[in-house]
Amino acid sequence: MRFLLDAEQAEFGRTLDRMLAAAGTPGVVRAWAAGDHGPGRALWSRIAEAGVFALAVPEAYDGVGPLPVELAVAYVELGRHAVPGPVVETAAAATLLGELPSVAKEWLPRIASGEAVVSLRLDEADAFCGPYALDADAADAVITVSGDELRLAPGHGPLQASADPARRLFRPLDGGELLASGPAVREAAAQAADRAAFLTAAQSLGVGLELLHRTVEYTKQRMQFGTPIGSFQAVKHRLADTLLALEFARPLLFGAALSTAPADIAAAKVTAGEAAYTAARTALQLHGAIGYTEELDLSLWLRKARPLRDAWGTPGACRARVLDAQVPGLQHAP
Amino acid sequence: MDLDESAEEQVFRAQARQWLRAHVPAEPPASLETEEGFAEHRAWEARLYADRWSVVSWPKEYGGRGVDLVKWLIFEEEYYAAGAPGRVSQNGISLLAPTLFDHGSREQQARILPPTASGEVIWAQAWSEPEAGSDLASLTSRAVRTDGGWLLSGQKTWSSRAAFADRAFGLFRSEPGTPKPHHGLTYVMFDLHAPGVTVRPIARLDGKPAFAELFLDDVFVPDEDVIGEPGEGWRIAMSTTGNERGLTLRSPGRFLAAADRLVRRWRATAGPSDTALRDRVADAVLGARAYHLFTCANASRFAAGESIGAESSLNKVFWSEYDIALHETALDLLGPEGEVSDGDWQEGYVFSLAGPIYAGTNEIQRDIIAERLLGLPKGRLPQDPGLTRAGRIPG
Repeated sequence: MRFLLDAEQAEFGRTLDRMLAAAGTPGVVRAWAAGDHGPGRALWSRIAEAGVFALAVPEAYDGVGPLPVELAVAYVELGRHAVPGPVVETAAAATLLGELPSVAKEWLPRIASGEAVVSLRLDEADAFCGPYALDADAADAVITVSGDELRLAPGHGPLQASADPARRLFRPLDGGELLASGPAVREAAAQAADRAAFLTAAQSLGVGLELLHRTVEYTKQRMQFGTPIGSFQAVKHRLADTLLALEFARPLLFGAALSTAPADIAAAKVTAGEAAYTAARTALQLHGAIGYTEELDLSLWLRKARPLRDAWGTPGACRARVLDAQVPGLQHAP
Repeated sequence: MDLDESAEEQVFRAQARQWLRAHVPAEPPASLETEEGFAEHRAWEARLYADRWSVVSWPKEYGGRGVDLVKWLIFEEEYYAAGAPGRVSQNGISLLAPTLFDHGSREQQARILPPTASGEVIWAQAWSEPEAGSDLASLTSRAVRTDGGWLLSGQKTWSSRAAFADRAFGLFRSEPGTPKPHHGLTYVMFDLHAPGVTVRPIARLDGKPAFAELFLDDVFVPDEDVIGEPGEGWRIAMSTTGNERGLTLRSPGRFLAAADRLVRRWRATAGPSDTALRDRVADAVLGARAYHLFTCANASRFAAGESIGAESSLNKVFWSEYDIALHETALDLLGPEGEVSDGDWQEGYVFSLAGPIYAGTNEIQRDIIAERLLGLPKGRLPQDPGLTRAGRIPG
């Protein structure tokens, strides 16, 4: 057992962090929310050049994956920098299409290279999947699954505003080209839903870590009663509890990366999602009124925490899955 | 990165499981907070020790197996999964022994560790005083130099296990009037049956004598029972809080087994349609798994030569809050029967309530997390030198 990132994995995270910090993501996020995808697509290419999407694509299709631990490292950084766009959906589409050789060779190399931005709507009957295709207006393809049919959506409906304006929601239109059908589609869709839940958990953890970081820095500087508010116990303890929630979500995320079991992914999803939401509430409260403004960049993370908590597996659906898989007396057998 | 168990670790797990299956008593012993139960638990410690299962991570010469933290984690999982009794010797094994390993002399290690491991000597803690709780460094019990040793005087309180234990360890002020309160303290071990010691048991919330007050009146302690240098007691006591002690006070195996029992009870008594209870049972499973994996990460860091320091405060807040939530859920599953006080869950609930208080209150732990892990400014003491304590608390 060695439940630690190795030096290379840790360095990969730091490299991405530096690249994204230099990219000035807040401006990219605001442009994306306004429907200007140019800066976002440029950032997308750089993320692809860093090798992020290739981690989700098998070697047979010009990728290096799937490498769940590295994916978790990468998506924590994407969350930490509030990177906009269907990053989760594109990687989950790679999982879905990778199981279907007839379509894999057309799409997977383009996903790995960053050339294809893909959005995804899996079967709405699945408790882990919603009715929208995220950022469909920016995607090169919108894939839908209904039952055991996989289609290329012929278009999408009007923009549905999200609580996070950088998450642009669209309902795919029915019909479209049938790319694959049969039980293999259903099986691949289940794997894609798990991958999406896993990557959303990683993104949530990153969002929560950044909210905590920004709030700690703010409370060290904000003076009231002649002292930094971060010296008050009521403030400290709330921040301590937020760190606690995030640091106990992290091992569940990497545990899920190693096992890739659906129940472990659900455990990571609900815990990271709740921890990030806790961080958002803490960040808003401790920033006070300035935190309640759209103008402050904090809002870019604040508004993301709750939608991510509920996307690709609500807390209730995740908890039910955790318990369904719990066989008493066996959960820690060798 | 992996969570794999080596072939050797699997063999170790199988050996532990086999031994426990053959030896764990079918009927659980009486509560260890009663005289009868304390004796039964002590006998169980001797049984464990006889086959080298009481302190698996200690060196062989002291009765252990010299295994690493990973195997310790495996043993603890098997131990609690087998429904084995609580550890009456925990103060000695988890709190005193790490200090002795780091700061004790070879003579002390050889003399004290084996009877601690066998249950022959059960240890009580003697830290808190009536006026020194969270502000432990303000303690006033004295150690005064005498021929060949020290004379202890003063009062200790909330001394866990002291009602029935044999010996105690704690800090005493050997140099009065030092400029800083945590200087001039000495780490001492003493006999609870020595002349001058009066033990007055204290009934905890459910009436059981789980702790005691200690009155010390010129109690003689030979030099050989001082750990480390006199006057260095604070540093010695604190140095082990951030290493293994932070990791081994409450093992993940204990909570994995408890969550397992909770799921079984939930399946037996509640319908899946009660989603409010379902979510809380799920949280018990999630928390146990999170704590297990968090501990695996820390064990891996030790193996890589790192230490965890202030992060042990995250550990302590997590398990103590988790333990209460788990037991509250269990009592809710029991419904009206939850009030009946002699069941395992009820006793576990009462025990869990003390968790956020002992071993450094969770308020102190959160201060440590905020100041040392998040880098927030110190704020417990007045920032402004002109602002005295009396000024902050009028009257």
